Amino acid sequence: MKRLNLQSVKTLYLAEMARSMRTVLQSIVSPVISTSLYFVVFGAAIGTRISEVDGVSYGAFIVPGLIMLMLLTQSVSNASFGIFFPRFSGSIYEILSAPMSYVEVVLGYVGAAATKSMILGLIVLATARLFVPYSIEHPLMMLVFLVLTATTFSTLGFIIGIWADGFEKLQLVPLLVITPLTFLGGTFYSIDMLPPFWQTVTLANPVVYLVSGFRWSFYGISDVSPVVSLLVILLFLGAAVAVLRWIFKSGYRLKP
Amino acid sequence: MIRVEGLSKTFRDGFKALIDVDLEIERGEIFALLGPNGAGKTTLISVICGLVNPTEGFVTVDGHDIVRQYRRARAMIGLVPQELTNEAFTTVWDTVSFSRGLFGKPKNPAHIEKVLRALTLWEKRDNRLLELSGGMKRRVLIAKALSHEPQVLFLDEPTAGVDVELRREMWEVVRELRHQGVTIILTTHYIEEAEEMADRIGVIRRGELVLVEDKRALMRKLGNKELTLNLHEPLQGVPAALAGHGLELADEGHALVYSYDAASQEESSSISGLLADLEAVGLRVKDLHTRQSSLEDIFVSLVRERH
Repeated sequence: MKRLNLQSVKTLYLAEMARSMRTVLQSIVSPVISTSLYFVVFGAAIGTRISEVDGVSYGAFIVPGLIMLMLLTQSVSNASFGIFFPRFSGSIYEILSAPMSYVEVVLGYVGAAATKSMILGLIVLATARLFVPYSIEHPLMMLVFLVLTATTFSTLGFIIGIWADGFEKLQLVPLLVITPLTFLGGTFYSIDMLPPFWQTVTLANPVVYLVSGFRWSFYGISDVSPVVSLLVILLFLGAAVAVLRWIFKSGYRLKP
Repeated sequence: MIRVEGLSKTFRDGFKALIDVDLEIERGEIFALLGPNGAGKTTLISVICGLVNPTEGFVTVDGHDIVRQYRRARAMIGLVPQELTNEAFTTVWDTVSFSRGLFGKPKNPAHIEKVLRALTLWEKRDNRLLELSGGMKRRVLIAKALSHEPQVLFLDEPTAGVDVELRREMWEVVRELRHQGVTIILTTHYIEEAEEMADRIGVIRRGELVLVEDKRALMRKLGNKELTLNLHEPLQGVPAALAGHGLELADEGHALVYSYDAASQEESSSISGLLADLEAVGLRVKDLHTRQSSLEDIFVSLVRERH
């Protein structure tokens, strides 16, 4: 394998991080507020009527799901906007004419988007602490799930940012696909709580595996085996990387 | 320095933007690519810089193939695009430093300072790009292209929408770069620019490179000269004694116009003969001036000819 041009990757990565930092207040305040709202509505109001799920207090039960919700939506929106904007403004010429391989371009963009969403995930984790006590049984696996999910969905976001030819399309997938799948993916409930038919249907939702695996790293409880969760994420990541390979090979929407 | 062989580009909709283009650009020269809108100038530059995939043919930059050895080839190239494409919220210093880093070069504040000073952007280094005028933004694009010390610089319509003073400043910058050994390829609508700057000129039309010629040779080859003689007394017609010179009467008889080929060796003796004959018939000349075809005249006639 050819040596990576780390200077170029670092430059792109830091520039993308700096772009996020320009709106740092909005980036931090927004997840803190939305997490607090979820805790007020689901934790305090509804949670008082549901005592425990699989031996975990409802407030603590929804913490991993909330982090996943933030991770998925932020990864997709950061990464898609990151590549869409230079395409839209025309400044993509600089990236395409630089002596960088496609792998290096992806590392810069996806790396920055994933880092930002992981930071936000950790902010949600810290905010949750203000509302409920929770424990993390497998901290290392929690980090593995965090990194893999952020990377996978940032890659998906990057693909969306290349596919989108307008701001409407840019919003379409997060709004119509990611958010519904996350809400229906066991963020706020265990799939055991559903009727058997819907339990089977739910298993077709990939987010179920992400939330389940992530929740397992916290409390050791899961809807599906954590190994299956891990495999599903890796499968997803592999599929996204394969699509990216095709995009760069064919020049789709980047190089006529 | 740059070798283009059999280069063709057909877009997905079937539009042939480049047709079998062959071109060699020498190290250290300024090469101007002229052509009407949509002729293929930008496509040619875009293929060389890696923005557009070629359909056929190959290109090397200093011997490096732009596809197989793209890293080496692109590292040598600086590109100034036609459109003003800047990220509005970054500062001048940051965006120029970003370009250097993107090309894998380590930080070098002294070089960035030198580039910014040369383009009179130093005072604006901490300004965000949205605060700059159009001309300043174009200079920033040039600074970005120069940030990584390229050996070849592509300028796609560098002075489009730039005022006369700034245009002259940019020409100075380009000359200075050439002086430093940078090879420069520019596309332009302004014939004046090509005439002022270029060593060689290529004319592209409908994707075909119809002519590549040394600028002076081109002007010599295709350039006609006109000698206008302003007379003291108006004439009713060209005197019979002067009929052999092919003169035309102009300015209601106040001027005689003599057209000749500036490159021809024989013409200088004809001018002497004409002046002697004028004296012989007693015509008194008040003033005289000559005019040589500009590149624009040549270009227009060339494009018309091939229509």
